[in-house]
Amino acid sequence: MSESLTCDVVVVGAGMTGAACALYAARAGLDVTVVDRGPVAGGTTGAGEGNLLVSDKAPGPELDLALLSLRLWAELAALHGPDVEYDAKGGLVVAETPEAYDGLRAFADAQRAAGVTAEPVPADRLHDVEPRLAPGLPGGVRYPQDAQVMPALAAAHLLRASGARLLTGREVTRVLRARDGAVRGVRTPRGDVHAPAVVNAVGTWGGELASRADVFLPVMPRRGFVLVTEPLPPRIRHKVYAADYVADVAGETADLLTSPVVEGTAAGPVLVGASRERVGFDRSLSLPAVRALAAGATRLFPFLSDVRALRTYAGFRPYLPDHLPAIGPDRRAPGLFHACGHEGAGIGLAPGTGLLIAQALTGRTPELDLAPFRPDRFPRPAKEAAP
Amino acid sequence: MRTELAVIGAGPAGIAAALAAARRGIRVTLVDAAPAPGGQYFRQPAPGLGESVPQHGGRTWTRLRDALAASPVDVRPEHHVWCVERESGGLTVHALLGPEQRASVELCADAVLLATGGYETVLPFPGWTLPGVVTAGGAQALLKGGLVTPGGTVVVAGTGPLLLPVATGLAAAGVRVAALVESTHPARLPRHARALAGKLPEAAGYAARLLRHRVPVLTRHTVVRAHGKDRLTGVTVAALDARGRVRPATERLLPCDALAVGHGMLPHTDLAESLGCRLDGHAVAVDAEQRTDVPGVWAAGEATGVGGAALALAEGHIAGRSVAARLRGTTPDPDAWAPAARVRARGRTAAAALHALHGPPAHWGEGVPDDTVICRCEEVTAGAVREALALGAGDTRTVKLLTRAGMGWCQGRMCAPGVAAVTGSPPAPARRPFARPVPLGVLAAQHHRTTSPEHRPRPEEGSP
Ligand SMILES: Cc1cc2nc3c(=O)[nH]c(=O)nc-3n(C[C@H](O)[C@H](O)[C@H](O)COP(=O)(O)OP(=O)(O)OC[C@H]3O[C@@H](n4cnc5c(N)ncnc54)[C@H](O)[C@@H]3O)c2cc1C
Ligand SMILES: Cc1cc2nc3c(=O)[nH]c(=O)nc-3n(C[C@H](O)[C@H](O)[C@H](O)COP(=O)(O)OP(=O)(O)OC[C@H]3O[C@@H](n4cnc5c(N)ncnc54)[C@H](O)[C@@H]3O)c2cc1C
Repeated sequence: MSESLTCDVVVVGAGMTGAACALYAARAGLDVTVVDRGPVAGGTTGAGEGNLLVSDKAPGPELDLALLSLRLWAELAALHGPDVEYDAKGGLVVAETPEAYDGLRAFADAQRAAGVTAEPVPADRLHDVEPRLAPGLPGGVRYPQDAQVMPALAAAHLLRASGARLLTGREVTRVLRARDGAVRGVRTPRGDVHAPAVVNAVGTWGGELASRADVFLPVMPRRGFVLVTEPLPPRIRHKVYAADYVADVAGETADLLTSPVVEGTAAGPVLVGASRERVGFDRSLSLPAVRALAAGATRLFPFLSDVRALRTYAGFRPYLPDHLPAIGPDRRAPGLFHACGHEGAGIGLAPGTGLLIAQALTGRTPELDLAPFRPDRFPRPAKEAAP
Repeated sequence: MRTELAVIGAGPAGIAAALAAARRGIRVTLVDAAPAPGGQYFRQPAPGLGESVPQHGGRTWTRLRDALAASPVDVRPEHHVWCVERESGGLTVHALLGPEQRASVELCADAVLLATGGYETVLPFPGWTLPGVVTAGGAQALLKGGLVTPGGTVVVAGTGPLLLPVATGLAAAGVRVAALVESTHPARLPRHARALAGKLPEAAGYAARLLRHRVPVLTRHTVVRAHGKDRLTGVTVAALDARGRVRPATERLLPCDALAVGHGMLPHTDLAESLGCRLDGHAVAVDAEQRTDVPGVWAAGEATGVGGAALALAEGHIAGRSVAARLRGTTPDPDAWAPAARVRARGRTAAAALHALHGPPAHWGEGVPDDTVICRCEEVTAGAVREALALGAGDTRTVKLLTRAGMGWCQGRMCAPGVAAVTGSPPAPARRPFARPVPLGVLAAQHHRTTSPEHRPRPEEGSP
């Protein structure tokens, strides 16, 4: 069966990023078609967590995008809050040594200057803020802007709200280009979809899709495990993590770097995540990774020792060499836009990304400078090596 | 602790393998979650209650039990294996101890045999969560394990070869079996007659016993609803048409105190999957020696496909002999186990035929009303699953993500077939990295023991 469709823009990828792009593009008046090879939220969006964080971001373009996105998330929550399980619970970053506490506060000062709300919490107030925390911690910083959503629900509901046409079960095998190089749609095994604009929102597989448009984008997978406990009555109020998480986000080693974020969920289970490893697309269980998660979580919350992990799952964060996403038009292929490579923050950064893409699609001045996110900032290696 | 062969599961397959390997000089440790060996088929009556209930395969069991007692096999009951880990030095079996399952022990082995058996599937229908509704195996287990009858009057329903022994077993124990409700059409039987030849005498025996106990048999029928407020008072059954849909105006009420219902079995594959073993459909894939594709890991019995106790015994025997040879660095001679291989071949053919015969009723999912709970742990209704489909979920995994169906305590062991039926897609093997829920403290303690300080991730305080 083959069919041919025409629209203003094809968004490839029905994850969180694709959903946000579809929503803001549709709001800008465009006729949008979303194409995914699987179901909605079947990629990394369905295999991660839904922390919307500013707390872990240093001043710079990613923090700017996070601040924009959190503002947009709050707006979206007014319409879809319960559907997407939005919870503005705030984050608490704790230090495990006095030196770490000094470092955290200095970090928070810099973030405040960039527009983040960050409140130091000294040792004697930690337990008012988070009663079940381990004793003896030197202090922490509270971030009221940190929030959370349930990623799969968020992607599904925002996609529905966008009113975009959704084509699932269709892999894009080719980005179609005219003789002059301009993009003119996508090819799927079940027919072509014609459009003058195509958005690459396929996350971890963004490099592969880029190559199907004959451009280079080195998106790579970074594995993460999450531990899920049995359901508990609410005992953990914030997203709580130790300061080493901040270091790991920009960490350069390929070794296991585990920095557990501990949080309760609306449904009851506590989530502990996530590990960070560069091991390609290997999904098999790594006991060392989940042990490290458990060790970190029980160090912060000793009561968790007796709580059972029901399961663990792994996902693959999409990352680019400089740990910034690719957002915006690709000068190498007119009509091709990228919105991928958000690594461990793609849920949080989705609305901002969607808005920026919609502004670029409609020729308006983007809310943020897109230069740091330029998709063509990575030169193709001299000898083409598979990413 | 170290051993040469760790056998997980002390059912027919595990016991046969342990004996075959031990007889050839292999040091064997046999672990099982249950308080005593036997597995599903040879489940032992609770001590003190005597043996007044006829045991299945009585002579075979006595022989196995005595051989096991006389053997050097180290039998360890109440070991709940939650994971098997591949390490450079071999394989490590991690097990939680006793009914509390708080403390974990490690068993290091050169080879592991997965003989974990299978579990029953039940498809949902209105009222299936009422007290008094049990699985067919549950009824059997009550009968076999505690000599308790689930109620005065029972209906046995569903599909599959388990229903016959369950119904006759209950009847023999003095329970009134109001009906045996089987959704398969008996006319389909002859098509598989040749493959089933080995099974037919057994079936004929059951038929005679059903007759003797005056158990009415309703084929091509299904339970459409279970009634009751706080507990079961009766069930409505109805006839099915050729396409598996309920025929209008055929419903009738059968009063009863218990309903034993089952729609077949699925292999336990959790441990195999986290080891990275290849699956063949829902079963662990094995070669002619019962080896999986992961070095050092064998599998036998219902873990490799559901097919009855005789098949499990044969596969276990072959696996045990293969392990014995391979651990000594020799290539086993298949001729040495030719009789067992013949039993295995016959058993697998019959199992395939039974499987084809007893497929769960088509269109089951369509008939489940919106307000029927599909996932008990998370209280997800059929309507919620349909809502997720409308949102763009295309398979059981995304249905689970959008509804939480299968995310609760049982990790979908109970509801996965029902979710798949309502979703309209084939049930996919579930990825369950932990075969049992494991305390975070157990994992954390292992981290501290296995990680030397210099390997532990070092916090680089405060710097982005
Ligand atoms: C363990 C873990 C924890 C995480 N925790 C957080 C967190 O707390 N907060 C946060 O913000 N982020 C978190 N993340 C990161 C976040 O999940 C990702 O950044 C985000 O999901 C990326 O979304 P996406 O829509 O870009 O990609 P995806 O969700 O992967 O969607 C891409 C889609 O593209 C489809 N696709 C791929 N190729 C093709 C093709 N050729 N044709 C058609 N379709 C195609 C795929 O099927 C998929 O549905 C975490 C990630 C992991 C792994
Ligand atoms: C109700 C019922 C009636 C039956 N009637 C008949 C019949 O009449 N004729 C016939 O041939 N067959 C019958 N069977 C089938 C028969 O029980 C099986 O074919 C046989 O038991 C399979 O043997 P096995 O060794 O593969 O697995 P099992 O006997 O199921 O043994 C598996 C063992 O592994 C253990 N185990 C599983 N996971 C773990 C873990 N993670 N850690 C530790 N231990 C674990 C379990 O506790 C169990 O003891 C019946 C089954 C049922 C449920």
